[in-house]
Amino acid sequence: MAVNVTNLSYSYGTRPVLKNLTFSVPKGDFFIIIGPNGSGKTTLMKVISGILKPQKGRLEILNRSINHYNLKALARTIAFVPQMVTVDFPFTVIEMVLMGRSPYLGMLGLEHEKDLEIAKQAIAFTGVEHLTHRKLDQLSGGELQRVFIARAICQEPDVILLDEPTASLDLAHQVRVMDLMEKLKAEKGVTVVMVSHDVNLAAMYGDQLLMLNNGQVVCQGLPDEVLTFQTLEETYGCTLLVDESPLGKFPRVTLVPKKFMNVER
Amino acid sequence: MNPRTPSLIKRLLTVSFLLLLVLCAAMLLGISMGSTAGGMKVVFQNLLGVRDSDSILNTIIWQIRFPRVLLAALVGATLSLGGLVFQALLRNPLAEPYILGISGGAAIGAIIGILMGFARFPGVSLTAFAGSIASLLLILVMSSGQTILKKDSLLLSGVMVNAFCAAVIMFLISITHDSRLHNIIFWLMGDLSMGDMKHVGILAATLFPCFFLIFWLSNTMNLLLMGKEMAQTMGVNIKAVTLTLLVATSFMVSATVSYCGLLGFVGLVMPHLLRLLLGPDHRVLVPACVLGGGAYMVFCDVLARVLPEQGEMPAGVITALIGAPLFIYLLKRSGR
Repeated sequence: MAVNVTNLSYSYGTRPVLKNLTFSVPKGDFFIIIGPNGSGKTTLMKVISGILKPQKGRLEILNRSINHYNLKALARTIAFVPQMVTVDFPFTVIEMVLMGRSPYLGMLGLEHEKDLEIAKQAIAFTGVEHLTHRKLDQLSGGELQRVFIARAICQEPDVILLDEPTASLDLAHQVRVMDLMEKLKAEKGVTVVMVSHDVNLAAMYGDQLLMLNNGQVVCQGLPDEVLTFQTLEETYGCTLLVDESPLGKFPRVTLVPKKFMNVER
Repeated sequence: MNPRTPSLIKRLLTVSFLLLLVLCAAMLLGISMGSTAGGMKVVFQNLLGVRDSDSILNTIIWQIRFPRVLLAALVGATLSLGGLVFQALLRNPLAEPYILGISGGAAIGAIIGILMGFARFPGVSLTAFAGSIASLLLILVMSSGQTILKKDSLLLSGVMVNAFCAAVIMFLISITHDSRLHNIIFWLMGDLSMGDMKHVGILAATLFPCFFLIFWLSNTMNLLLMGKEMAQTMGVNIKAVTLTLLVATSFMVSATVSYCGLLGFVGLVMPHLLRLLLGPDHRVLVPACVLGGGAYMVFCDVLARVLPEQGEMPAGVITALIGAPLFIYLLKRSGR
């Protein structure tokens, strides 16, 4: 298993955010976590990435308790792509991506030829070669997101975590980022764990989905097991249609706005 | 564009060498200029090995001007580096020890030390350090409760801490009536005139370890610019690094404040100029700020000595005259 979570709980002060979670992510899976706002998805990501310490329960990364990793070893195993980061200081793309090598380097982060090679490959992998020497503050949101993904790939992790990477992107960039993750999984065997708000993207790309609500696991399984009319309606509390996607054997979710409700029912 | 693999070290050495030349030039200018004319000639004669040991000018140059220039270089280096560290740590390009009120806190500590009759070292330095740590804590508490220290709230906290420090300083001055008063007031505006070689030596011995420590952490500061959470997932021990940088910086700033008083905005000018010229990589910026900041301060001190027809003005006047407009410009630009 890439990630193993057993009876995990986390609270901010007295407010519990994650309650007794148990699930596991198989190695090499494209694993997508969905759920309404405030269901604890981002907190869960922060716990798995090591930013927050689990307060109760067990968390294993590659079958080893997260407490047994030191920070650098953890950084060589897991890479994290947070929600949009603001960039105040104008590094170039290559400088930024090279920072992903720092868990492998000494204090001053002096890189070898090999590290530069890995960084260039990561940049090529995410298709931003033409931006290599551009400054970060000159990039669009979609370009910036791919640069941050290249930085994470440059870390050569076994598991890559992404927190809503498609949230602020247009349609073309959404598909691009998702395809990129699929390629990463297929070509490098990296386990991808992603938080997403988009249930249709999750249905199309996810090998397995995990649905959270109020800090608890609602269900885990294949897209058509998780994205059923009943669970969706109960979890999100809104009216939806679920049918089969014209692209294949996975569900398609359609929102039903109020004005159509009488017509549909 | 250059890949950095071998070139980072090359770039580091080139930049350091060039700025070292600038610093040397500034120091040469610094020991040559002054109310007694003809300095340049004597300096060059001395450097060439011709030494006229009886000359008064000779004494002025090596006993008075030389330690003063060294002191200016040390102070400029420290304050520039302090600005650079705070800007990276708080991810705020406007942060600077003086603006944040760290220097003000150190000044209160130093004045209390002076009034209690401590020696400059280690007594006054230690009370100054205590003062700077106190205002640092105050700022951190006031602007905490937010995931990222917001630009505005941080600056406002600094302004308030500064105003409070100024009031305390005025209070302390008002209850002082003896000869120490003039010293305190002159020292407050940034006074570099009290350097002798022994003090300069002590100060250098205190500051150099801090410089090296900060250089050691320079790549970590690059990672910190990406945000604390991201830095941690790249293997940085945030708490340890932040604490080390804050304490080291407050320590060296308060050491210089206890010798030279308040020199405002020095930590703003050089980091910004150098970042503009050299890019945001701290592995280059840290040594560049030490050398460039030193040169800048020596230059400001020369102006402070040469501009008035009689006597001299405190160097803090010059640094504020240059720095404050820059601050306003940066503030306006960041508000876009």
